[in-house]
Amino acid sequence: MSETVTETHVEHEEDAHDHPSDWDYVKIALLLAALTGVEVSTYFESSITVFQNNGFLIASLMVMMVIKFWIVASYFMHLKFDNKIFTQMFVAGLVLATAVYCIALSAFEFWA
Amino acid sequence: MATATLESHDTHDDGHDDHATSTGISNTKLAMWTFLGSECLLFGGLISTYLLYKTRRGPGPDNTTIPTDIFDIPFTSVSSFVLLMSSLTMVLALSALTRGDNAATRAWLLTTAMLGGVFVGGQVYEFTSFIREGVGFTHNPASSAFYTLTGFHGAHVSLGIVMLMSLFVASKQGKLTPKHTETVEIVGLYWHFVDVVWIFIFTVIYLVPAE
Repeated sequence: MSETVTETHVEHEEDAHDHPSDWDYVKIALLLAALTGVEVSTYFESSITVFQNNGFLIASLMVMMVIKFWIVASYFMHLKFDNKIFTQMFVAGLVLATAVYCIALSAFEFWA
Repeated sequence: MATATLESHDTHDDGHDDHATSTGISNTKLAMWTFLGSECLLFGGLISTYLLYKTRRGPGPDNTTIPTDIFDIPFTSVSSFVLLMSSLTMVLALSALTRGDNAATRAWLLTTAMLGGVFVGGQVYEFTSFIREGVGFTHNPASSAFYTLTGFHGAHVSLGIVMLMSLFVASKQGKLTPKHTETVEIVGLYWHFVDVVWIFIFTVIYLVPAE
């Protein structure tokens, strides 16, 4: 019984995390804005020479997108500080969605 | 077991809703995350469909224009920025409520709803200009997939605005106190999810070259 109580305590100690301060949130938003700015700049190809390479452009956009996604999910959605089961629920959805896309793509690519 | 339940009660005195759960984590929050996981599947399906059809032009000479031909990237970039910043104002609303600052909570909730409104307004403008260009919903497979995907996202943003305004009204009536932090957090989760979906849509649909 005492074990259960201790576990519950531990659980809530995790919940009683130190959330970022308002200023931290502003800094995170500024970082997101900067990343969006870089993403948008790739549209104006002439501005940055390296983005004229299509493969590099797509890879860069994907990396920036994943970073922005991760920042919002971790800090604004508090996944970094909350119970891991929430992350698991969300990641399960993402993995399934990716699987759906791969299956649909393969259906069109190989079986159509 | 009863002791564990009591402990759960005690440790929730930190401003969260006073729920006792068998898992030690909030059932409402778990339900919201499960819902968001299922929403990934919905948007995964819609995004997959768009990616598969994005270059499918119609067979006739009059319906060969696809959405990627007429995207207004600078305009959509501003809309994306507005939605991204609404995530900041949402998290500031939650932070203000946790501090018990009701006036700031209302101000941030209203700002978030207004930024969401600007985004939806931008989407309506985009749809209208596409239709003016002759690219309607049934124009070709690419346009159908585009309107379905972005339309569903816009509907989600609109629903989020309704939820935010409900919280605003509840706060005005004095029904939103630091005890209801979790309610605001859950609406915030939905709002941030809508934002992360748009982060994906903006990059994959608008910025990645179509052909």
